[in-house]
Amino acid sequence: MLEYLSTVSLFPLWNSLRIAAIAGVLVFFTGILCAYYVARLPRVIKGILDVILTLPMVLPPTVCGYFLLLVFGAKRPLGLFLQQFGIRFVMTWYGGVLSAFVVAFPLMYRTARGAFESFDETLAYSGQTLGLSNTYIFWRIRMPACRQGILAGIVLAFARALGEYGATSMLIGYTPGRTATISTTVYQLWRTNDDMGAFFWVLVNLIISAAVLLTVNLLERRQKKAVKA
Amino acid sequence: MKLIVDIEKQMGDFRLRTAFDAETGITGLLGASGCGKSITLKCIAGIERPDSGHIELDGVTLFDRKRGIDLPPQRRRVGYLFQNYALFPNMTVRQNILCGLHGEKDRVLKYEKLEEIIHMLSLEGLENHKPHQLSGGQQQRTALARILVSRPHLLMLDEPFSALDSYLRLRLQLEMRETLAAFEGPVLMVTHDRDEAYRMCDRIAVMEDGWADAPSPTKELFANPESVFAAVVTGCKNIASARKVGDYEIEVPDWGIRLTSSRLLRDDLCGVGIRAHYFHPRSDRNRFPVVFVREMEEPFEWVIQFRIPGQKEGTEDLWWRLPKDRRPQRMPDELGIAPDNVLPLYPMKKHH
Repeated sequence: MLEYLSTVSLFPLWNSLRIAAIAGVLVFFTGILCAYYVARLPRVIKGILDVILTLPMVLPPTVCGYFLLLVFGAKRPLGLFLQQFGIRFVMTWYGGVLSAFVVAFPLMYRTARGAFESFDETLAYSGQTLGLSNTYIFWRIRMPACRQGILAGIVLAFARALGEYGATSMLIGYTPGRTATISTTVYQLWRTNDDMGAFFWVLVNLIISAAVLLTVNLLERRQKKAVKA
Repeated sequence: MKLIVDIEKQMGDFRLRTAFDAETGITGLLGASGCGKSITLKCIAGIERPDSGHIELDGVTLFDRKRGIDLPPQRRRVGYLFQNYALFPNMTVRQNILCGLHGEKDRVLKYEKLEEIIHMLSLEGLENHKPHQLSGGQQQRTALARILVSRPHLLMLDEPFSALDSYLRLRLQLEMRETLAAFEGPVLMVTHDRDEAYRMCDRIAVMEDGWADAPSPTKELFANPESVFAAVVTGCKNIASARKVGDYEIEVPDWGIRLTSSRLLRDDLCGVGIRAHYFHPRSDRNRFPVVFVREMEEPFEWVIQFRIPGQKEGTEDLWWRLPKDRRPQRMPDELGIAPDNVLPLYPMKKHH
């Protein structure tokens, strides 16, 4: 094991972390904005948008990857269009950001929507009658009141982005040192009979997942405490 | 300072149409829950949008459908005390009050005003408490402080005492009256409690099923409620349909009696009301025989139910309330009622 450690390239860890971090930030903002605006739409439109925005959560990730290739593929109109600006999502690490974003987004969106729906609207109304701007009310009253739910959402979304395999492998494949992530590396090493390598990355994955779950549990405990108080 | 409201709003099967004015002083909106009182306040605050009509405060148009005016809540200068006080849970008492002072740019003046209101509403020592650490009364005072420092032109109170224990309510009503005496604009108070309305309000508009009557002075409303509904919400226990048979003479078929009123009757008379406190065994007018049904003892009063021998089957027993010291040894065979206390009731004047 120690011998293996001296030879291993830690690129997959770094790549996974940057993909998950960037996708996490994007998911955070788009997730809460979508949750906020969808919650106040008329019922029918809300229902339709809700299905579309949640679909990636229930679809097999490979199906998401298929759709992503359908839209961003090298020979598709949008893919060709973006290539004129030097942007290519296929076989690049930032394609991994895209696939992680699509798959992790519903987790953030749904948790944030749940948190927003349990928010007492009279707080926002009283802020408005006191003359506070809607932006101030959103960031200083609504967000703090929904803090626990939103934090839980971003932790879940980050974990999902970190472990993304299906859509990622379809869109960006596995190139050591360029697009390899932890999960694609595990599969690749196991497939090539590198049991030791696969086991190492499984351990890395276990540690990260355990850390994430611990964080979620801590957050939930704090939330329970806050409710009791 | 004056508030003028004349709005309509359709919400599913429910139709709100209210038209009333409110001047300086406390105007009550009295009605059962679900009659549209809170929606009316929300329309005035700009939280809900009426379908049509006009809202004006101090000569400033807040809403006018025809002229396309609909000011956002932030620019209406309307203070709204919510039923649950709506204190921001993540902020301390001081931070909550400072939210009402956010428009004050002069820092020195801002903190002077903060100290002044904290003193005025006896919140000293609670500045760093979070809302959940406060009692109901303290929460109410904090919310009121936060509103008053924002210098609203109109103050609206939505069932301000309903979240409080009943033994606290009376004391806080007295305190609130004192605090509000210093407020220069109109105050609109929504309540379903007739005692609270009587204690707090200078004028009362009775509201039923989305329709509000023009406000009348509180004592006048209780002395002569005019409509069946106003009689009910002001707590009149004995109400029956009736018709006019003379200039002062009312026939009540359900009770099988005729009553004389001291008021000149209009032709559209449709009912009669008698408050439970106003029967008297020694009154020499409007006397009728009674049959005792049941009685119940309260801390300071007796509640007695009786029937009149000629009363129709299936109609409700009548209510008589009397102080304990006036309770006779045995139930009298006859009761009377002074013509002043016979309340003639008419259909509500729905002017839309």
